[in-house]
Amino acid sequence: MPLMLQDPPLIRRALIAGALLVLGILLVVPLAAVFTEALRLGLGTALTALTEPDALHAILLTVLMAAICVPLNLVFGLAASWAVAKHDFWGKSLLVTLIDLPFSVSPVIAGLMLVMVFGLHSFLGGLLEGWGLQVIFALPGMVLATLFITFPFVARELIPAMQATGREEEQAAYLLGANGWQILWRVTLPNVRWALLYGVLLCNARAMGEFGAVSVVSGHIRGETNTIPLQVEILYNEYNFVAAFALAAVLTLLALLTLSAKSVIEWQVRRQRAHPEAERLTNRVPLHQLPR
Amino acid sequence: MSISARHISKSFGSVQALQDVSLEVPAGRLIALVGPSGSGKTTLLRILAGLERPDAGSGPLFFHGQEVSGLSARDRRVGMVFQHYALFRHQTVAENIAFGLAVRRRKQRPPRAKIRETVAELLHLVQLDGLAGRLPGELSGGQRQRVALARALAIEPRILLLDEPFGALDAKVRKDLRKWLRAFHERIQLTTVFVTHDQEEALELADEVVVMNQARVEQVGSPQDVFDYPASPFVIEFLGNVNRVAAGISGAALQEHDRLYVRPHDIQIQPQDVGGSGLKARILHIFSAGSVAQVTLQRLEGGEILEAEVARAELETRQLHEGQLVTLFFRHIRVFSTSGEQRWIHNALAPAGTK
Repeated sequence: MPLMLQDPPLIRRALIAGALLVLGILLVVPLAAVFTEALRLGLGTALTALTEPDALHAILLTVLMAAICVPLNLVFGLAASWAVAKHDFWGKSLLVTLIDLPFSVSPVIAGLMLVMVFGLHSFLGGLLEGWGLQVIFALPGMVLATLFITFPFVARELIPAMQATGREEEQAAYLLGANGWQILWRVTLPNVRWALLYGVLLCNARAMGEFGAVSVVSGHIRGETNTIPLQVEILYNEYNFVAAFALAAVLTLLALLTLSAKSVIEWQVRRQRAHPEAERLTNRVPLHQLPR
Repeated sequence: MSISARHISKSFGSVQALQDVSLEVPAGRLIALVGPSGSGKTTLLRILAGLERPDAGSGPLFFHGQEVSGLSARDRRVGMVFQHYALFRHQTVAENIAFGLAVRRRKQRPPRAKIRETVAELLHLVQLDGLAGRLPGELSGGQRQRVALARALAIEPRILLLDEPFGALDAKVRKDLRKWLRAFHERIQLTTVFVTHDQEEALELADEVVVMNQARVEQVGSPQDVFDYPASPFVIEFLGNVNRVAAGISGAALQEHDRLYVRPHDIQIQPQDVGGSGLKARILHIFSAGSVAQVTLQRLEGGEILEAEVARAELETRQLHEGQLVTLFFRHIRVFSTSGEQRWIHNALAPAGTK
């Protein structure tokens, strides 16, 4: 006899139906709306809207932002998580708090902070301007804003993964004569490769979709400093719904792609854990099927 | 190679893990560091490996007369097997074993074919031929341990360190591997230090036993020495079962604060009053599964509880049963006096006529 841990069927069905309803209203309907709006005047119109020079530039700029920010945050996140998970040092909890800071600061505030520091009227901004480098209302400021916002993603994924594998393998490698790089490449990274990829995907999704912080520092210059989210906003405010939703659909497709990549990764991880030893540990046999 | 560590101290924050510990290991020996958890034995092992740095003011550490205190763990050429083996989980058995050779600088790295050959030899040595392509997750606990051993040996270490080598194995495998490791040590003759909390394991396996307690070394000696001549109440209590007996035993020159110990197998039980200087007691319980019966006794004077071991055959010939009043004789009593003096008293409590 299975343990009686289940609610009566009626309540179970009601709960599931409720959950599906909320999910539908909050997620599925809006997603569908994006695509229907984009295709309301036909695929051709939508594609024309996407091949407008400003739209193309926004797409390219978005890809460029991700291409700059993701590798940088990959390196930062890797370094930070390696330090936190594999070493003990004074001020470690402060570092962990700092890594989480972008999560707790509103993106708009983050953008404003950058304007304060690098704006034309600030000391640093004036200095850089003197050397011909404009930060605010230009690419460097947008990159800084995106870097700030997406900083925690890789580290947040890696720290628990690295902590879970412990330090003994690294110590064993060290005793066998490996240097720091060899330990990182041959021992630490292969053990956390899926968490790393997952973190990169999340970081990428956010780098492409970030609105608030980038909006403050970009200046919304069409064909120059507009990323996809910013361009969508402008088009929408101009009642150019088809173009706005067509661009939004591109971003949505990128997000869906990321999600499916994430699912594939999770499936891979589950499959890897299905080693005989791991199976015993994770107790995948339902309780009522255990021999007694 | 011999190991010599002098006056090592180590503290983690306010916790003293080692306090002025010295250790001498002659070349080729198999040494056990044994003690309860928290006694500092693993810390000492990690200091030998170079994974922990002793506190300032600690003495030097020598391998075969060469000082290694300043060398990092990488440069000490120490083979270590961790309690949970720390195998590289994404690498095959062969890759694990080859690791120490593969990470060497180009000039010192053996050619690929030579590495493959070494791996095959080591796999044969630890009797794991044919498992080269497996991942650690596909091996049993005992097999993993031997892979870890082969990996440690691949770099031709100067000393071998084993942290609780049998701690993660079940009882049956444990016994088998213990014998295997002893035979293995005879073959390779590598100076080996292993840590265990199991006194039986230490006594059975090691040439010499270092008993540790509360960050200090209590006693060093051969298994027989430490068992037969325990140097402190801690050692006698830790190594095997023992009864602490309240004073008040006539016929022996004892001081007031002496601590007296009797091993369970040194208690002789007579079913009736046979005279002599025996103690009167009552049998509370007889647990007779196994070749030796465990008998729980309560002294009539003072109500003290004692555990005795009696051969099954003797149990039957003497017709002992629960609730019975009996007379106890102690063959050997270990005495520790407050002055630090220690001695055996033999046949202090003996049946009339045998004294």
